[in-house]
Amino acid sequence: MSAPVFKNPVVRWIDYRLPIFTFLSHELNEYPTPRNLSYWWNFGSLAGIMLVVMIVTGIVLAMHYTPHIDHAFDSVEWIMRDVNYGWLIRYLHMNGASMFFIVVFVHMFRGLYYGSYKAPRELLWILGVIIFVLMMATAFMGYVLPWGQMSFWGATVITNLFSAIPFVGESVVNWLWGGFAVDNPTLNRFYSLHYLFPFLIVAVVVLHLVALHRFGSNNPLGIDTKGPQDTIPFHPYYTVKDMFGLGVFLIVYALVVFFAPNLFGEPDNYIPANPLSTPPHIVPEWYFLPFYAILRAVPNKLGGVVLMFASIGVLFVLPWLDRSPVRSARFRPIYKIFFWFLVVDCVVLGIVGANPPEGHWITIGRIATIWYFLHFLILVPLLSRLERPRPLPMSIGQPVLSGGAFAPAPARMMDKA
Amino acid sequence: MRWSLCGGIAGVVIGVGAALAAVSEVELPERRWSFAGMFGTFERDGLRRGYEVYRNVCAGCHGLSLIRYRELAALGYSAEEIKALAAEQTYTDGPNDQGEMFERPGLPADPFKSPFPNEPAARVANNGALPPDLSLIVEARKNGANHLYAVLIGYEDPPADFALKEGQYYNKYFPGHVIAMPPPLAEGAVTYADGTEATVPQMAADVTSFLAWTAEPNLEARKRMGVKTVLFLIVLTGLLYAVKRKIWLGVRH
Repeated sequence: MSAPVFKNPVVRWIDYRLPIFTFLSHELNEYPTPRNLSYWWNFGSLAGIMLVVMIVTGIVLAMHYTPHIDHAFDSVEWIMRDVNYGWLIRYLHMNGASMFFIVVFVHMFRGLYYGSYKAPRELLWILGVIIFVLMMATAFMGYVLPWGQMSFWGATVITNLFSAIPFVGESVVNWLWGGFAVDNPTLNRFYSLHYLFPFLIVAVVVLHLVALHRFGSNNPLGIDTKGPQDTIPFHPYYTVKDMFGLGVFLIVYALVVFFAPNLFGEPDNYIPANPLSTPPHIVPEWYFLPFYAILRAVPNKLGGVVLMFASIGVLFVLPWLDRSPVRSARFRPIYKIFFWFLVVDCVVLGIVGANPPEGHWITIGRIATIWYFLHFLILVPLLSRLERPRPLPMSIGQPVLSGGAFAPAPARMMDKA
Repeated sequence: MRWSLCGGIAGVVIGVGAALAAVSEVELPERRWSFAGMFGTFERDGLRRGYEVYRNVCAGCHGLSLIRYRELAALGYSAEEIKALAAEQTYTDGPNDQGEMFERPGLPADPFKSPFPNEPAARVANNGALPPDLSLIVEARKNGANHLYAVLIGYEDPPADFALKEGQYYNKYFPGHVIAMPPPLAEGAVTYADGTEATVPQMAADVTSFLAWTAEPNLEARKRMGVKTVLFLIVLTGLLYAVKRKIWLGVRH
């Protein structure tokens, strides 16, 4: 890994004084990446690109938006109708949030499946969970800005959660609101923070990347790279693979933006906020629904709030709950099954969250909530002791270079999907 | 692995199916709208008829405050016609250089004037109910166009055991079946400029199309750009796939 020699004299002049080109070359050209990454590894770069898309469209929207309860709703409609291509920018932004969450959910489940949170990548994983929490806060405050019915009532319900805190709850909520109800001060501060948080996310993403480049990507086999025969340079191999993945992703994104732009939205948010009229069903954005279901699974308000935060908190300690030395679920026959149970469980929680808490939805919600915590707190620690993993290959290069007959056929499905 | 994946997908499908079954309420009559689908466009004749219905029937109680008269050009009205339509309304403007407010006829740049000056005025004139502004009504309801059309044609006599209070009407498609709006459309309520017969379903369909346009005047531009964008992206992605294949040719993985 000698320092690169640049032919262009201007580049050389700059690089001598400010070695950004050396840095880029080091982190892209030479950065050794496992040769066997599947398409599931595309979602990290997709998430980064979505963050940029959200910031760029968001800055343009902020040029036209008015954060005042009397004007916010109309200013959004002004963007939709009278700003040149305002409808495009706004649909890209509001659907971009959903696409961002889809990408990040896949990215997280990929990490869960292939054990990407295990040593030495614990901090990488924790930084990722911090990004996720910041994303949720940003998305929640962004949803309030159009000041429609769901904006207002969503903000009311979610901020009211903090009133469950013993003794100081009421004061905390008034402090969050900037008054005694969700009102103009609330909208103003949410706007301010909605503009700030993405840049905090950028900062944590930088740390996430620094931590990533320390040991490089995990891979579908979950074993460490052992030498040059196991790796290829990031550029051009993974830049072009990421570009192709981006193309596929953009097609899906464009189909939503241009042909079903309100697919993820609630019709009620096209009704201006009215503090005197509560909508029949207050539902948060779809990406919060699993957490909303956990919140409502507990008959006690404080208990529900604690459990909801615990559902994310458990992700922070996951690297220490799962003590199995084998990373990839491909070699963990039982964990693999429970992984898919968890995926289904999260989807079920999402569906429960979308429905009113009545009748059998309560029962299903409670079972799914119990399963969620059972998975992380009991099954994962237990499995890492009891499960007998299948034998690991010697190296990444070995199975591929010796003809690829190594991996059993069913496991291939996941890698190539 | 395979069976667990299949099981997972089956579980998801069953779950989603159950959820959808649980949320569906009254079956709405499905219509094929010209503006639906990837290549959907508004039918200009229908929009103009819909505007006539709005102007002669709905405008008595419902505002359309997000639309300005000049935007009617998209329906095919000429500048002269738009000026004349706007001038039918009187707007308070000012202050003038004497510091006084004054009345003036509407201009093409004015938004449609709402029928009531404020919410209490609207409620007192409507038996306590508030007629909503219609600008976004199609987007503000689930399955908006079908919902609106269904409500407009859904008035009928209540079942024998159904109790209605004074000022309430029975509508088979309105959630809860009780609606405060009197049946707005009656056979021949509007005399269409183009001579189309003004049946209730005809008027309901026309005004629904018109309100779909007011909810999203840029719908056609959006879909046109979408078709071009997606075609471009498909070609680009195909090329990227070819490049990827070529670059990875020498790598066994």
